[in-house]
Amino acid sequence: MFPIVEAEFLAPDVKRFVIGAPRVAKKRKAGQFVIVRLHAYGERIPLTIADSDPEKGTVTLIVQGIGKTTKLLNMLGAGDVILDLVGPLGKPSDIELYGTVVVIGGGVGAAIAYPTARAMKDAGNHVISIVGARNKELVILEQEIGAISDELLITTDDGSYCRKGFVTDQLKALIESGRQIDFVLAIGPPRMMQAVAETTRPHAIKTVVSLNSVMVDGTGMCGGCRVLTTQGTQFACVDGPEFDAHQVDFELLIQRNRTYLKQESEALQRFLEQPKRDVDLVSESCRLEQEHPEVRCEAYPS
Amino acid sequence: MNANSPKPPLSNKERVKIPRQHMPEQDADRRRRNFEEVNQGLTVLGATTEALRCLQCTTPKCVSGCPVGIKVKDFVALIVAGDYLKAAAKIREDNILPAITGRVCPQETQCEGCCILGNKFEPVGIGYLERFVADYESASGQIGLPENAPSTGKKVAIVGSGPAGLSAAGDLVQKGHQVTVFEALHEIGGVLLYGIPEFRLPKEIVRREVDVMRAMGVDFQTNVVIGKTVTIDELMNEEGYDVVFVATGAGLPKFLAIPGENLNGVYSANEFLTRVNLMRAKDFPEYDEPVYDCRGKDVAVVGGGNTAMDAVRTASRLGAKTSYLIYRRSEAEMPARTEEAKHAKEEGITFLCLTNPVAFLGNKESFLESVRCIKMELGEPDASGRRSPKPVPGSEFELPIQVAIIALGTEANPLVQSTTPDLKTTRKGYIAADPETLKTSKRGVFAGGDIVTGAATVILAMGAGRKAAASIDQYLQSGEWDGAPN
Ligand SMILES: Cc1cc2nc3c(=O)[nH]c(=O)nc-3n(C[C@H](O)[C@H](O)[C@H](O)COP(=O)(O)OP(=O)(O)OC[C@H]3O[C@@H](n4cnc5c(N)ncnc54)[C@H](O)[C@@H]3O)c2cc1C
Ligand SMILES: Cc1cc2nc3c(=O)[nH]c(=O)nc-3n(C[C@H](O)[C@H](O)[C@H](O)COP(=O)(O)OP(=O)(O)OC[C@H]3O[C@@H](n4cnc5c(N)ncnc54)[C@H](O)[C@@H]3O)c2cc1C
Ligand code: FES
Repeated sequence: MFPIVEAEFLAPDVKRFVIGAPRVAKKRKAGQFVIVRLHAYGERIPLTIADSDPEKGTVTLIVQGIGKTTKLLNMLGAGDVILDLVGPLGKPSDIELYGTVVVIGGGVGAAIAYPTARAMKDAGNHVISIVGARNKELVILEQEIGAISDELLITTDDGSYCRKGFVTDQLKALIESGRQIDFVLAIGPPRMMQAVAETTRPHAIKTVVSLNSVMVDGTGMCGGCRVLTTQGTQFACVDGPEFDAHQVDFELLIQRNRTYLKQESEALQRFLEQPKRDVDLVSESCRLEQEHPEVRCEAYPS
Repeated sequence: MNANSPKPPLSNKERVKIPRQHMPEQDADRRRRNFEEVNQGLTVLGATTEALRCLQCTTPKCVSGCPVGIKVKDFVALIVAGDYLKAAAKIREDNILPAITGRVCPQETQCEGCCILGNKFEPVGIGYLERFVADYESASGQIGLPENAPSTGKKVAIVGSGPAGLSAAGDLVQKGHQVTVFEALHEIGGVLLYGIPEFRLPKEIVRREVDVMRAMGVDFQTNVVIGKTVTIDELMNEEGYDVVFVATGAGLPKFLAIPGENLNGVYSANEFLTRVNLMRAKDFPEYDEPVYDCRGKDVAVVGGGNTAMDAVRTASRLGAKTSYLIYRRSEAEMPARTEEAKHAKEEGITFLCLTNPVAFLGNKESFLESVRCIKMELGEPDASGRRSPKPVPGSEFELPIQVAIIALGTEANPLVQSTTPDLKTTRKGYIAADPETLKTSKRGVFAGGDIVTGAATVILAMGAGRKAAASIDQYLQSGEWDGAPN
């Protein structure tokens, strides 16, 4: 099992977790993710590894509470344990010396983009970060991203902080100012990534996006995560999650992510009416772990 | 004859007159809507009667028909003698998962297919009898496990917890080695757990076998993807494993590569079955993982193997209005176990044979609405000896469906091979291993089961695991490595 060592809210409904997972911490590279299952009745959901500390044996996850599982996770804190966590999965980001790199993060996408932005900086790139959020409260990791960026641009949809507008407005302005941009990484809601792709396409700027398709195993076994690119059908969990933005069929991604809308809202509703059942299920696994170490379900002798 | 007080020895003439016992099963109308096991198992009387049908041949063909050479004749004789525990122990000499293989082996092409009685009458129900003694043994709580040999201090890593990995683990721990099984998923069992449904193989049985191994001292580590979480080289060089046995199965789903395959409602059988079995989506919302709501829907499964049968019967149990099985050859060519096809039909599954999908069609929101199919006819036999199907021009038709499940078989998952540079693979991406020693091109690394043979059967995987265990034990004792494939 995987103990939560630290937990703090970065914004309403956005929480940062430091979790003990030594093997994952040792192997993880920027751009990779884990799949977690919170308790014995839980579903498997993918979360990007925002950071890791191989010495302490921990990984950092940043979670936006949007549905049942992420909202339950955000109710947990230091001292709780997560039943299953597996990774690092997916291909690491292609880190190279491109020159000037623009890293765009929308919403919790800022957290997912952060490790890659840092690796780009470490590789010697000039890094311009664009962070977008709906309003001031939801701007996350400003300090951290600022520290590893040569330039930091922030936009809010409602103008409550920094520039009013969308991340693509900033990107457009940069491109129109005539600056040389060699590489763009965009992570956020599919519509945002699609808009970025359309912004850079006419200028033939290499653009990479991280696709958030629905996953189960994360090892190429089920094909549920499949996405369509000009290269054909690909499995986001093993062929991605990063893909060339100009090759991705975003409409299909958006449609496929709606497959379980009905069940998701039913699950959320039930959970919000009775969150205790699931919180108890999490504590139940902690208790079982202590009483029956021989049937432990985890990967590490800790 | 009076089955209550059989007076052996019977003459062969008397034996052949006894009819093959029927497997008691759940009524088709009831079971097509529940996940409880279809077959209920023979009673003591039924098993004894069935065992009496065995002619006790001098050279029993059934034994050579069994991929692992179970001493069928001997264990059947022990049933007649009423010593069911000894009968179970006799099977365990060659097969450590009898409760599982008794349920899922394709007996009709193996032991029972070779039974001499089958020439004129029906073959002895060897699978039924195997299951009977295995269930008897576990109900008795007296599983006859030999003691582990003293510790050898050697460490063995097993990658994958399907039948190949489990059987190797069981044998190796008995030989005194320290055994750790690494599994990518969060539960142990491989296809036995995530693929084969509850109504054919109750998960309780798989868990029971795993618990036995845990009690024997096998260490299980879930949530470890070899090649990602840790590589084979790291296991050997940094974590001190002397040997690695790769038993990762053939888990990569194949798709049809036809238009519309990415519509919502189109699944691989792997995804559909994993959601329902491993993640228990059949019990949504008690369990969180969803699966497409099949209630009142028309569902089509494409394929003709065990996986296709499992998927289509699962869809029916999830409440589908109509469940179709679309298969491009004729029913005679179906690779599924005969019993599965029979059960499926009894449960009201509609077989559309000599039919092939050419496109999936959806609505504006990308949800599946129908499948366009074409009729097929059988031509000349192909390389596999089966007559190859070809489309009948102008025979296209459209079938309204809202869920489609593709069950066209699986291929090798490259995760381990691609991260182990000196591990040789075949043209199709399977691991190259010596068929006798199961040694690979890399010193200290063995491989067996579906990852070597391609998708096969539980008994073959189990046999490979045991062969590997013997070969690994020999290597650990002698330290000699030769006979590896080039
Ligand atoms: C590679 C990858 C990395 C991700 N990294 C992060 C991260 O670092 N932080 C973060 O907050 N979120 C991340 N996500 C998204 C996160 O996985 C979903 O928000 C989460 O699964 C929602 O689950 P839920 O039960 O809370 O909500 P639900 O109500 O179940 O779902 C809300 C939406 O989330 C998506 N979703 C649901 N189930 C899954 C699933 N099993 N797999 C993928 N998507 C699903 C669907 O689009 C759905 O409409 C990532 C997704 C992917 C694919
Ligand atoms: C739906 C279905 C029905 C079937 N019905 C029958 C039947 O009735 N009779 C019959 O005889 N056969 C049947 N089969 C075939 C049979 O199940 C397989 O041949 C058998 O399970 C193969 O065993 P294995 O041990 O080689 O691999 P598997 O059972 O596939 O197990 C491999 C395990 O390795 C794990 N793994 C893979 N990669 C990694 C990695 N990198 N790191 C860690 N772990 C990893 C997987 O998660 C899996 O748990 C069926 C198969 C399916 C899919
Ligand atoms: S999540 Fe199953 S194949 Fe990608």
